[in-house]
Amino acid sequence: MAAVAISNVPAKDAPRHEMIAFAIMAAILLVAPLVVYPFFLMQALCFALFACAFNLLLGYVGLLSFGHAMFLGSAGYFSAHIAKVWGWPPELAIITAVIGAGAIGLLVGALAIRRQGIYFAMITLALSQMIYFFCLQAPFTHGEDGIQAVPQGKMFGVFNLSNQMTLYFTVLAIFLLAFLLIRRIINSPFGEILKSIRENEPRAISLGYKVDHYKLAAFVMSAALVGLAGAVKAIVAQNASLTDVHWTMSGEVVLMTLVGGMGTIFGPVVGAFIIIAMQNYLAQFGQWVLVIQGVIFVICVMAFRRGIIGEIAHRFRLSL
Amino acid sequence: MFELLGISPQALFGQLLLGLINGAFYALLSLGLAVIFGMLNIVNFAHGALYMMGAFCAWFLLQYGVGYWPALILAPIIIGLFGVIIERTMLNKLAGLDHLYGLLLTFGVALIVQGVFQNYFGSSGLPYAIPDLLKGGQNLGFMYLPNYRAWVIVFSLIICVATWFLIEKTKLGAYLRAATENPTLVRAFGVNVPLMITLTYGFGVALAALAGVLAAPINQVRPLMGADFIIVVFAVVVIGGMGSIMGSIVTGFTLGLIEGLTKVFYPEASNTVVFVIMAIVLMIKPAGLFGRNV
Repeated sequence: MAAVAISNVPAKDAPRHEMIAFAIMAAILLVAPLVVYPFFLMQALCFALFACAFNLLLGYVGLLSFGHAMFLGSAGYFSAHIAKVWGWPPELAIITAVIGAGAIGLLVGALAIRRQGIYFAMITLALSQMIYFFCLQAPFTHGEDGIQAVPQGKMFGVFNLSNQMTLYFTVLAIFLLAFLLIRRIINSPFGEILKSIRENEPRAISLGYKVDHYKLAAFVMSAALVGLAGAVKAIVAQNASLTDVHWTMSGEVVLMTLVGGMGTIFGPVVGAFIIIAMQNYLAQFGQWVLVIQGVIFVICVMAFRRGIIGEIAHRFRLSL
Repeated sequence: MFELLGISPQALFGQLLLGLINGAFYALLSLGLAVIFGMLNIVNFAHGALYMMGAFCAWFLLQYGVGYWPALILAPIIIGLFGVIIERTMLNKLAGLDHLYGLLLTFGVALIVQGVFQNYFGSSGLPYAIPDLLKGGQNLGFMYLPNYRAWVIVFSLIICVATWFLIEKTKLGAYLRAATENPTLVRAFGVNVPLMITLTYGFGVALAALAGVLAAPINQVRPLMGADFIIVVFAVVVIGGMGSIMGSIVTGFTLGLIEGLTKVFYPEASNTVVFVIMAIVLMIKPAGLFGRNV
């Protein structure tokens, strides 16, 4: 992975300006619903968490999964089904969905890490297509219709999520906590070993690390966190559908991470907001959105490999 | 025996035939992927889109009065040239970078191509008539064999074997294999390796386009005909391993047959059987059935 354009600038006071950036992000998100439609913000937050969790794998272990939609979509189905059919409260529905996504991640990861590089991408893509066909045929997902009219319920029996502002701040709290968790994982000794695997896998092996165990652990964490995004998204949108399991969604999260800057903590958030905003405003142009996404892919790969945040971090020698 | 299984021989052989045809396409596409991977070290995610372009190219040619037989030669050349342009303008700028950038670039190209075709042609299929020479079929007693389908299987086999011969048995193929192993050394011997890389990409793309032309009269010509198909081909590549040309061919046809059999005995699993086989192969022999350890 030596040639990947990840900015590795050792900054002296890294934690401090990271915390400042985090405070700015939190402040913006706190006042944002006064200016921007909250439903859009909640969607974007779910995708931002999706991208951050994906980036944990791509940016810090160097594993490109092309099938992360399977965790987003299946967790969505889990939480929608549990909340609607079993009638469980939202917090239990979300937690169960996260565990479910993590379990799928364990199975898929155990298979996928047996091969490296591009094979890893192809295997995850193929396995996610298998999950897609399963969701298409299984009775509880209701095929093309999806699970609709999911009740939002009361979080911890107190917060009434059918109130849009309550829902927004619940989603924001979940996002910020998950974001801090991801940052904690990256900056932990465990995260340092992940980065060493990204930089030079044979050397990490020669130093005595059981690389496969670390990769699998990172894969499961990434899958569970993506599951969290998917479960919350299903509660927010009140439905779970096949779109979230389809491979185009796996491509979108790659694009978000690439645009924002892979291997940066804040990059996926920025990328997700840009891509979701673009889809929202360009929805009237139909399939041209796909073409534009393709063009952005090509431009990013050809000329802008660090991404927005990666470029800023590189210019100002910060670690963001 | 058929009564015992509760399946009519017509249904069984019909599905086996369909499976063989799909297997022929798997073989042609995974062969192209393997050839490109060998030289350029990238997975061509645009392969499905280029397969679709091959079919559309044949359809366009027909609108201008150019029939199936010339299209069988023209379409691969035209789309192959398109591939050469992609390689010259974009892919070769990525040499030396991590493999994943080539993958992301070709994925972007696939999105652009499929999006543009969807805008102009929607999602529905365009019909492409079977050429007059191959209309009708043979009654073999136990089944009815349409001439066109027999032609697709035989012709794909010939192309596959010819490609194998070209790469494994000719001088050009020897250069190619040598450049795959050690491009710097081969350049030192005065071989124009960059040109070889470009032509290899063009050749792999032309194989995909050829599969597209062959598929046009069987599957309808649709903008997304390659999008889901290519994912199965990736699974086929993982199962076979990209190390061997013959391996790609054998795996392609075999998996097509297995898929056909599944359609007869347990149709619910027909979409996923290739992926399940991939999972099993990964557990038993991670490098793939014919692959070297990567």
